[in-house]
Amino acid sequence: MKKVGVIINPIAGMGGRVGLKGSDGLETLQKARELGAKPEASQRSIEALKVLAEIKDELEIITYPQEMGEEAVRKAGFEPTVIGSIKSGFTSAEDTIQAAREMLKRDVDLLLFAGGDGTARNIYTAIGTSIPVLGIPAGVKIHSAVYAVNPRSAGEAAKLYLQDKVVNIREAEVMDIDEEAFREGRVSATLYGYLKVPELKRFVQSVKSGTRSEKAEILAIAEQVVASMEDNVYYVIGPGTTTRSIMERLELPNTLLGVDIVLNKQLVANDVTEETLYQKLQGQKGKIVLTAIGGQGHILGRGNQQISPRVIRAVGKENIIVIASKDKLASIQPMPLLVDTGDPELDQELSGYIRVITGWQDSVIYRVSS
Amino acid sequence: MTRDRYSRFRKFHQAKWDEELIFELSVPGERGVLPPLAEPEIENEVGDGVSVLGNLKRKKAPALPEVNQMRVNRHYLRLSQETLGTDVTIDISQGTCTMKYSPKVQEHLVARDPNLICVHPLQDPNTMQGLLYIYYQVEKFLREISGLDYFSFQPGGGAHAVYSNASIIRAYHQSRGDTKRDEMITTMFSHPCDAATPNTAGFKVITLMPDENGFPPLDAFKAALSERTAGIMITNPEDTGIYNPRIKEYVDAAHAVGALCSYDQANANAFLGIARAKEAGFDMCHFNLHKTFSAPHGCMGPALGAQGVKKELKKFLPVPRVEFDGSRYYLDYNAPESIGKVKQFLGNSAIVVRTYMWIMQLGNEGLKEAAKISVLNNNYMMKKIKEIPGVVMYYDFGIGKNRLEQVRWSWEKLKEDTGFGTDDVNQRISDFGIQHYWTSHHPWIVPEPFTPEPCESYNKDDLDEWIGALQEISRECYEEPETIKGAPHSGPVHRVKHPAINEEQLIAVTWRQYKKRKNIE
Repeated sequence: MKKVGVIINPIAGMGGRVGLKGSDGLETLQKARELGAKPEASQRSIEALKVLAEIKDELEIITYPQEMGEEAVRKAGFEPTVIGSIKSGFTSAEDTIQAAREMLKRDVDLLLFAGGDGTARNIYTAIGTSIPVLGIPAGVKIHSAVYAVNPRSAGEAAKLYLQDKVVNIREAEVMDIDEEAFREGRVSATLYGYLKVPELKRFVQSVKSGTRSEKAEILAIAEQVVASMEDNVYYVIGPGTTTRSIMERLELPNTLLGVDIVLNKQLVANDVTEETLYQKLQGQKGKIVLTAIGGQGHILGRGNQQISPRVIRAVGKENIIVIASKDKLASIQPMPLLVDTGDPELDQELSGYIRVITGWQDSVIYRVSS
Repeated sequence: MTRDRYSRFRKFHQAKWDEELIFELSVPGERGVLPPLAEPEIENEVGDGVSVLGNLKRKKAPALPEVNQMRVNRHYLRLSQETLGTDVTIDISQGTCTMKYSPKVQEHLVARDPNLICVHPLQDPNTMQGLLYIYYQVEKFLREISGLDYFSFQPGGGAHAVYSNASIIRAYHQSRGDTKRDEMITTMFSHPCDAATPNTAGFKVITLMPDENGFPPLDAFKAALSERTAGIMITNPEDTGIYNPRIKEYVDAAHAVGALCSYDQANANAFLGIARAKEAGFDMCHFNLHKTFSAPHGCMGPALGAQGVKKELKKFLPVPRVEFDGSRYYLDYNAPESIGKVKQFLGNSAIVVRTYMWIMQLGNEGLKEAAKISVLNNNYMMKKIKEIPGVVMYYDFGIGKNRLEQVRWSWEKLKEDTGFGTDDVNQRISDFGIQHYWTSHHPWIVPEPFTPEPCESYNKDDLDEWIGALQEISRECYEEPETIKGAPHSGPVHRVKHPAINEEQLIAVTWRQYKKRKNIE
């Protein structure tokens, strides 16, 4: 029997209906309630869970009390194991984090959660990439690639995974935008981390492409980068799963969300700060390897602020290597790749067409813009 | 019983036979044909025919199924009834494949005419003048259609022809002592072999992404060009069905840096007899005779990619070439700079013969009409499909509005509204007696894609039936999700799980592997 954890962020999505561009923060929530917002996360979760109920004899559901799961799970036709406690009507991000941690302890096979980008961040904080998860979209902001396209697809995807009809897992981006800035009309998205989701592209959000060989493509990219590595040149490996493949190809320890340095195919340092990076590159020849954030396009300025304007200038524009699978580029086009280094002049210099390495002896000409 | 008078739907149900694998039908000792032993005088003359093999003789008999003739025949007929072959279905579904009708007289002749099927590839060319005449004539026709000067019929398919063209590009630069050119440029909506085969041939491949109008941006193209560019390999109209009217500017820019330009005309239905590679400035091209020129296409062959070049490049074409000395046709192997042999003997000659017959049946005006009707059929379908709920047409504005022989459609909205995407629709379509459709090459730039191509072969009733099935499936997605979930309902097998196909541990491609998976003996 498979164990499934279910967590619902009951207030997710409330801000959206009343035009508040998010529901993070108590004050906003209060305002949303005053504007007449009604919780919808529960209803959307029931939609997903009903699909899962088709195989309910094969599942044990573990969930949190009342509006954080129990009610929806029961309505979908399950008899769940309810754990933890909440103050009904006053749940917060802390409850989501606590719930996810407890489900991790109980060894669930899959954690199904309903919410938006804020919720995905909370789940990431609690469990990282320890167990597979899948998001039921219920929030205002859905930039993270961990959500299914709609609640029913979430149910279908979870079902296939739990029946062992999909066995592969991929790491998907947890993104969020600054709600304050968003309310003022600016979009500023940040990469917070990765969650493990079942590899079922037609169910998971924001993936425009259908290739089933992305992993092989990424191996070929790593092979290409490693084969063309020059001696006595510092290679600055930026964050991301694509860039990590280079470290894996070199069999070196690496940081998924940090910046690592390699010299002569040996590790110099993991997870360096901007200052260390800058010092290391003084008087040395260096190259920076970057990838783009899927579906969104940033190559600089999101999740890799260590690679600062002075670091880039020290290395030189011509020594920036951008790598990405064609799938990822497909998910970004026709939008350009984006740079936001904080130095408008530099951003301007970095704009134009670049060659993105997409495989062995294979590249795509792609536009970069600030 | 006939079709429903108003909806035009048929109550289709396919045969289902629950047939075993041929290996499972094996009965030890059972035989289909028992060849007689040789008479003693023959054996005296040539030996037993086995000892001559020496060490090559296998130690154990091959593990082949032992099945009598009638049972073998029944077995394969049953399997054939479980497929939707091109002669029973309205084969509009496989866009980019140009599934046009091959007149049965052609099929009959290439399968049965002793003057064609009894030709031995090693017989004296003086004794196969008729076949060589056909080669020579077809080359003349293709010169006229493309404006280029010489053709080879050696490559055994479209990608093979593109590979051979990439090889010629390399040979051309090397013959000039220009060894630095190692880059080839193509576009994302060109056929994938325009990227894959030059890569296999050792080139670095640079691909252009489409802009918001679906065109490869000219400034990106220019940014990619350099003294390292060996050539460009490009399809036009691309797989979106959009024709790039500025193609000559790309060609001119490539020529300006010394690169050669190769035009992928695998599917030439959009412009046959109307626009030519020569006038667009190209140095080389290829035609898939098994697409545009009616030879059947499917089951991966036999196929033929006719490869054409300007006269300056003739010396690099594969050998042999059919030439005429004023009185006899002969095979010319004397081409020291040739890229060499790319296929055995004369290549797939039956395809050249079909092409000859097809062109002779249609004539000059007929070829143009074939192109015009393909474009007309597609534009009729375009108007109707656009109205189907859930369908999105990408690049549906500006110049890209006009489509030629096909359209790359998207079920993006259907997916957002209902959760059903292109794979789900595709599972259902066979319940209407229609072959599943082609989605798109990878990666999917147009999300949830499908790419039908009506060709000139189908009439209005056929088009309406195909479109009607799509309309009905869209309605079911919105109103009867259960019907879609379990589809196909009328086929010999039900839903095949897509992910399962990709999981190596679940598939068996040999009898030995199958036995292992199923734990048989």
